[in-house]
Amino acid sequence: MTADPSMQGDRLGAGADSGADTGIGLSSRARDGVGASPRRPDGTLKAAGEFAFSSDMWMEDMLWGMTLRSPHPHARIRSVDVSAALAVPGVHAVLTHEDVPGEKHYGLETRDQPVLAFGKVRYKGEPVAIAAADHPETARRALERVQVDYEVLEPVADARRAAFDPDCPPVHEQRVGSHPEHGTAANIVRHQPVRTGAFAGGAEVAELRGQAAAVVTGEYEVGMQDQAFLGPESGLAVPAPDGGVDLYIATQWLHVDQNQIAPCLGLDQDRVRMTLAGVGGAFGAREDLSMQIHACMLALRTGRPVKFVYNREESFFGHVHRHPATMRFEHGADAEGRLLYAVLEIVLDGGAYASTTGAVVGVASSLGAGPYEIPHVSIDAYGVYTTNPPCGAMRGFGAVQACFGYESQMDRLAAELDLHPVELRMRNAVGQGSRIATGQRIDMPLPMAEMLERARAMPLPAGRGELEGPADPRTLPGGVAGTSRGEGVVRGIGYGVGLKNLCFSETFDDYSTARVRLEVVGGEPAVLVHTAAAEVGQGLVTLQAQIARTELGVDRATIHPADTSVGSAGSSSASRQSYVTGGAVKSACEAVRARLFALARERGLVEPDHPEDGLALEGGTVVSARHGVLAPLADVLGEAAVEETRVFRHRPTRMLDPTTGQGDSHVQFGMCVHRAVVDVDVELGLVKVVALDAVQDVGRAMHPQQLLGQIQGGSAQGLGLALMEEVQVADSVIRNPSFTDYLIPTVLDTPPMRIEVLEHADPHAPYGLRGAGEPPTLSSTPAIVAAVRDATGRGLTHAPVRPEDIVGIGL
Amino acid sequence: MEFLSPSTFEDALSAKSSAPEAVPIMGGTDVMVELNFDRRRPGALLDLSRVRELAQWGPEGPYLRLGAGVPYTEIVERLAARAPALARAARTVASPQIRNRGSVGGNLGTASPAGDCHPPLVAQGALVELASVRGVRRVPARAFYLGPGRSAREDDELVSAVLLPAPAGPQQFSKIGTRNAMVIAVASFSLVLDAATRTAGTGIGSAGPRPLRSPQAEEFLAAEFDWQGGAEPSQAAARHFAELVAAAAEPIGDVRGSASYRRHALSVMARRAWYWCAEDYRKGAR
Repeated sequence: MTADPSMQGDRLGAGADSGADTGIGLSSRARDGVGASPRRPDGTLKAAGEFAFSSDMWMEDMLWGMTLRSPHPHARIRSVDVSAALAVPGVHAVLTHEDVPGEKHYGLETRDQPVLAFGKVRYKGEPVAIAAADHPETARRALERVQVDYEVLEPVADARRAAFDPDCPPVHEQRVGSHPEHGTAANIVRHQPVRTGAFAGGAEVAELRGQAAAVVTGEYEVGMQDQAFLGPESGLAVPAPDGGVDLYIATQWLHVDQNQIAPCLGLDQDRVRMTLAGVGGAFGAREDLSMQIHACMLALRTGRPVKFVYNREESFFGHVHRHPATMRFEHGADAEGRLLYAVLEIVLDGGAYASTTGAVVGVASSLGAGPYEIPHVSIDAYGVYTTNPPCGAMRGFGAVQACFGYESQMDRLAAELDLHPVELRMRNAVGQGSRIATGQRIDMPLPMAEMLERARAMPLPAGRGELEGPADPRTLPGGVAGTSRGEGVVRGIGYGVGLKNLCFSETFDDYSTARVRLEVVGGEPAVLVHTAAAEVGQGLVTLQAQIARTELGVDRATIHPADTSVGSAGSSSASRQSYVTGGAVKSACEAVRARLFALARERGLVEPDHPEDGLALEGGTVVSARHGVLAPLADVLGEAAVEETRVFRHRPTRMLDPTTGQGDSHVQFGMCVHRAVVDVDVELGLVKVVALDAVQDVGRAMHPQQLLGQIQGGSAQGLGLALMEEVQVADSVIRNPSFTDYLIPTVLDTPPMRIEVLEHADPHAPYGLRGAGEPPTLSSTPAIVAAVRDATGRGLTHAPVRPEDIVGIGL
Repeated sequence: MEFLSPSTFEDALSAKSSAPEAVPIMGGTDVMVELNFDRRRPGALLDLSRVRELAQWGPEGPYLRLGAGVPYTEIVERLAARAPALARAARTVASPQIRNRGSVGGNLGTASPAGDCHPPLVAQGALVELASVRGVRRVPARAFYLGPGRSAREDDELVSAVLLPAPAGPQQFSKIGTRNAMVIAVASFSLVLDAATRTAGTGIGSAGPRPLRSPQAEEFLAAEFDWQGGAEPSQAAARHFAELVAAAAEPIGDVRGSASYRRHALSVMARRAWYWCAEDYRKGAR
């Protein structure tokens, strides 16, 4: 089923309002079910500014928590003296690593990050001490009085040196890696090679180079991107009478937080109860802990609720960023533009602590060659420790960096062979049945060539000469700052395509759990869906209710607050929640449905021999294929409530082989194709993106309106990386920790987007859906940079592109 | 912290006189950021938002007298004809919300080299009015700025107004930022022509320790400009003018841009400004 609406339409066509096929010829046509675009339950509150975000929480007797952070990127701690801080009136506690009740380290993959620094600090901004006081200002002033004696060490600032120089000082004295096969060098978190074709047999690149008609080599850099969520890190920890703690927190994954917090507090898991507080965006930045353990420690110590709220500057030090990458790529092709080989080296700067660096390397290596058929591939991806800010999850997760590299190379190859960039890509495109560089077969529809053709065929935006108001500065590069009235403005067009794994990879068991309860409330059937899945703005709460309506034929569906009183839902990341938690809700609904049918039989409302596959739930009734409506649900249920909990797992995956990089490491593949049109002021180096059009295959548009929002948002985040977003780090120190100098796109920077959505169902996935949040973030960056290259003729190997790069002035 | 909140300008001046360390606050778009980031902890704030005189504007002799507290939004919406370059600069300030609160007085009080209002004030030879209980004095904008955050204002003085000469020719302002709205200037430039005296004024922002001008470029343009017909300059003349402007800058490299880019961008903005002035001149802006 294919739908190709543009975003101007308010519905997606084929998918919308069509309901789900129940498989018995009876289609459940629940209002606001799967495929419709009902309003989000939190939408009005958010639009009206009335939604309670985690930073809005307040309790009568609460204290304010504050963090003392290291001013040095790399230093030995000789001593910490908190006595002067404790003497400040209004201060209730000042804690250091000595006060950590349990394990002193935490971490997502490797428990290498201290709750509070001891021995050494490894990045500027690392937490050293925490305080609780009756006013945030009091806490801050108290922390100023903490005496920390540092012996400053030289920073390990250069990721390539950390990767390749055996004399580089180690960031960690002892490696705590859980995968010795990923490397034993002091500063390498993971080295993942991939070898196929002749390279698997040990061939040298020179042998293949001789066979190629065209060879392009390039060095590319991707800067450190910040997730720039709008709601900074915040939460409220409340001590409980049982000696445990209740934590209300904005996070992406309650249970993985709980797994890390409880051991550090020296408490059993069930004593650390967590409830999701209002999340103001995430994008990967809330996958790692920030203030969680600190707030709990202070709450347990003082016996009072403790609230933390980071400010924007602190937030830049409070969460991981996207790994900056340096990449050396070589591609060879025959005279027709068919790729022959690729040799790729990718170095990812993981910063001071491992976070998800290992998994990021797994993605960057497995997808480093991109969505192209290449007979001979050699990839070496490295994730390293430095004393730079820690890096971890961000939308696109290792695939973004690689995509900028391989797409830049495809354009250079096309230019070298005098082929249209789309033509070159189509000649090498993967599709269903292709194998990526890890040997994994793509066993789901992936119509890349068709998507490329569609992107090329979309109507182009009006030329500057056709504009109604060409003098309106808002249509020009430089915008309202009035730097051009058309002088120096050159238009360019570029394409980008990216391949993203969806759901967690490499044996990760990221299952989800859903509890669904159906009962009669006020005379009508109502469903309550309870999961621990984090709503981070993506609209999962809407989707869960849609699934319940569709599966149970009930109008009223409510989402229980997410907490740890139900099993894990896994992370709101890797584009996975619609798939996995959607799948769990669907499974639980199916179980509830089966029990309802049994109940109906028990109560004589359905004849005992009526085949189950001839029954359905629709419009609040049990319906039979034979007899039509049999009974209202209210009659079936009576006073009873039917509740079922189900766990849903995607199919298993495998680790990449540590020497060949082979293995079916991924669950599902997603793809987006972008075409960017830009106007560049080539004299000033300023850019106006005129259009950013996309084609994406989502398998099934579950909520067409939210889907478009995801594609628009992902595209805009890629635009930011293409043109302005970079955490600038010099000698391991962040130079621009503010929204004054870390720029994210405004509405004037974000162009209209024509979006075509394809729905080729993935037979392995619930409803055939494919995670949609990440793929556009991959492809929009290289498409925009390609368009700027097209306009300027410059190589532009650094993302984001800086005005200096465009005008050719050294930094 | 003491919070002084006078309702008349006279009271504000005596408050400032008795507490010269009090930090004046109007829209709060600079001061509150400083306070929130704990970059300063003043002993006293002097809230001027209730002082109605500061929000007024009107003619005064040959000048437009613009109260220090007139918000940018009002300058954009109502003073585009009477203060073209300043109105253009005001339009580039931050976001609509900030423009509703921020004012020229705040820009002058902060005296950041990146302030958007400074180049037009310097270019058109505006006067900055400083008041204290000792009296009122008017300092040329060109002599007002002393360095980053430093100005000719004495501790007991408040910026009460700026006085803008009536436009007597085309005025331009443009500014470089790495996104298309809501951005601090990487570099900015203003060019103001006076057809009556056949003189030109320049203002260079965010490319030196204080707002600058290029007297050499001004003299060159005044001599070369076609005051009769407003013909386009020759390419060589425009290039020379651009070089003179760039040479007058004293830029540093920082997170927002390199020194060489700033110089380059100024030369491009200067060249374009001449062409635009000529075009406007031909259309009758004299």
